Amino acid sequence: MTAIAPPVAARRTARARADRRKQGWVRRTPLLPALVFTIIVTQLPFLLTLYYSLQSWSLVRPGSEHFVGFANYVDVFQDSQFRTTALNTVIMTVGVVLIAMVLGVALALLLDRKFLGRGVVRTLLITPFLVMPVAGALVWKTVMLDPTFGIVNFILRPFGIGHFNWVGSLPLGSVMIEMIWQWTPFMMLLVLAGLQSQPTDILEAASTDGARPLQIFRELTLPHLRRYIELGIVLGAIYVVNEFDAIYMMTQGGPGISSANLPFYIYQRAFLGFQVGQAAAMGVVVVVATIIIATFALRLIFTSFSGTEQAA
Amino acid sequence: MTSADITTAATVGSATAAPRRVVAKRKKQRNSITWGIVGWVVGIIFFFPVLWMVLTSFKTEAQAYTNTPHLFFTPTLSQYRTVFDSGLWPYVANSAFATIVSTLLVLLLAVPCAFALSLRPVRKTRDVLFFFISTKMLPVVAAIIPIYIAARDLHMLDNIFTLVILYTAMNLPIAVWMMRSFFLEVPHELLEAAEMDGAPLRRTMREVILPVVAPGIAATALICCIFSWNEFFFAVNLTATQAATVPVFLVGFISSEGLYFAQLAAAATVATLPVILAGWVAQRYLVRGLSFGAIK
Repeated sequence: MTAIAPPVAARRTARARADRRKQGWVRRTPLLPALVFTIIVTQLPFLLTLYYSLQSWSLVRPGSEHFVGFANYVDVFQDSQFRTTALNTVIMTVGVVLIAMVLGVALALLLDRKFLGRGVVRTLLITPFLVMPVAGALVWKTVMLDPTFGIVNFILRPFGIGHFNWVGSLPLGSVMIEMIWQWTPFMMLLVLAGLQSQPTDILEAASTDGARPLQIFRELTLPHLRRYIELGIVLGAIYVVNEFDAIYMMTQGGPGISSANLPFYIYQRAFLGFQVGQAAAMGVVVVVATIIIATFALRLIFTSFSGTEQAA
Repeated sequence: MTSADITTAATVGSATAAPRRVVAKRKKQRNSITWGIVGWVVGIIFFFPVLWMVLTSFKTEAQAYTNTPHLFFTPTLSQYRTVFDSGLWPYVANSAFATIVSTLLVLLLAVPCAFALSLRPVRKTRDVLFFFISTKMLPVVAAIIPIYIAARDLHMLDNIFTLVILYTAMNLPIAVWMMRSFFLEVPHELLEAAEMDGAPLRRTMREVILPVVAPGIAATALICCIFSWNEFFFAVNLTATQAATVPVFLVGFISSEGLYFAQLAAAATVATLPVILAGWVAQRYLVRGLSFGAIK
């Protein structure tokens, strides 16, 4: 008896293991096409970028590529234009995301109240986000901000700023105005979703207990909104850091590089300067910086969201 | 204190409470009117650039170039005629093709993937999910050089299928996360009941899962369409004449000699309209798509 049992059991566990492995593959198969596709299209180019960043290579001179080690990286960190555009990127991202968030919270609080035609106003408010970024930038550059014929200067004329050359004198600011206009609805939508998920009974209890509206907002609403605001800031920052369309359409990064951000500067280096190696090295630097900042932030936020989902 | 005192005190109390309630109600009404006015003013301010674009597109160039903007004028369709005569159609066709084909591909890949990450979860589900979302964080500018060189060497520059592939990769993470959030809404009891009845997977799919998930598929498709239609960076770098999309057409207006505001506004209106309409229709799901399904 005891002599036979182990082999049978062993055979049984072996079969069970094989079964489980087969089951695993049955479960995994639907996932694989998407995973493989994504790895090939998004990760492979990045590996190539890493490789190119170690080469000296001009696109217009075929056969010019040769290995230069980390020389491109040394160039990148000595390049004052790289530093300027990096600073522009930070100013643009922080400015746009924060201002859009403040406006977004204000608009969301407004839309959280009942008034006539609220649905229509909501629709009007989300529209800027839907506008094709290239078209939005074009509209802002011309019919809105044109020094002579733009409507913004027409409205400001009574205040004595009738002929201000927005895009010319304030290139970075003009691009940021356009982007804030596009991103405020995004923030508003996320915050509004947060406001509407707020349990009303607690708010009512607080107001019958005699809490003032401002007090309720600071001590109940704002803590509840925190993770929605964080999510909006992180997601908004991911998109805004990579902004290209508005800069391309409104200023071409100019004058000089005064309104260029890193993506635009890298694009210029690669496609107008044809410096593949240097552009690739800059790309790698940007990617590493993004990964460091974003991984932590994203994990934090999505963990907080899935955590409460399970608790609910 | 007698009981009569108490009752009179009570009636007095209720007598003052009634008018107070009326006052509160009137105050609430007045508040709602005030907020209504503020809401409409703010809404119109934010919508104004779009409105102004549409209005300008119905003007003549002479009306568009005035120091005092005209709010009332006799509309003309001549700008639209010019825009369509200047060869907009091939660009619209390219945009539509890239948008529709990439969206179909995204659904084909994302729906089974989201299924494997939700209802029948594989091991390391979290890692796979975070891998997908992390690809959205890679700056596209870091990938454009190898993509450009690969497309050139494969003779795929200025080819609409290059854009189809890239747009599919661009939207896949959003679609996977979003579809997963819909799959997770399928009631567990129904799934278990179907499994106990020994229903084959295909029937469970059709009768239990699909009804819950179908609106999610539609919403995901709309979100993907919006992003593909509006995409500019890949389009401007990888296409020239054959495969150029609508945003590239708009660039032509900036670089061509002289700006024609009214004509440009007409082109921008045509380019923007499909997505604005799609977005209005998908409003309810917009937040969900934008937050990768994190917010319902």
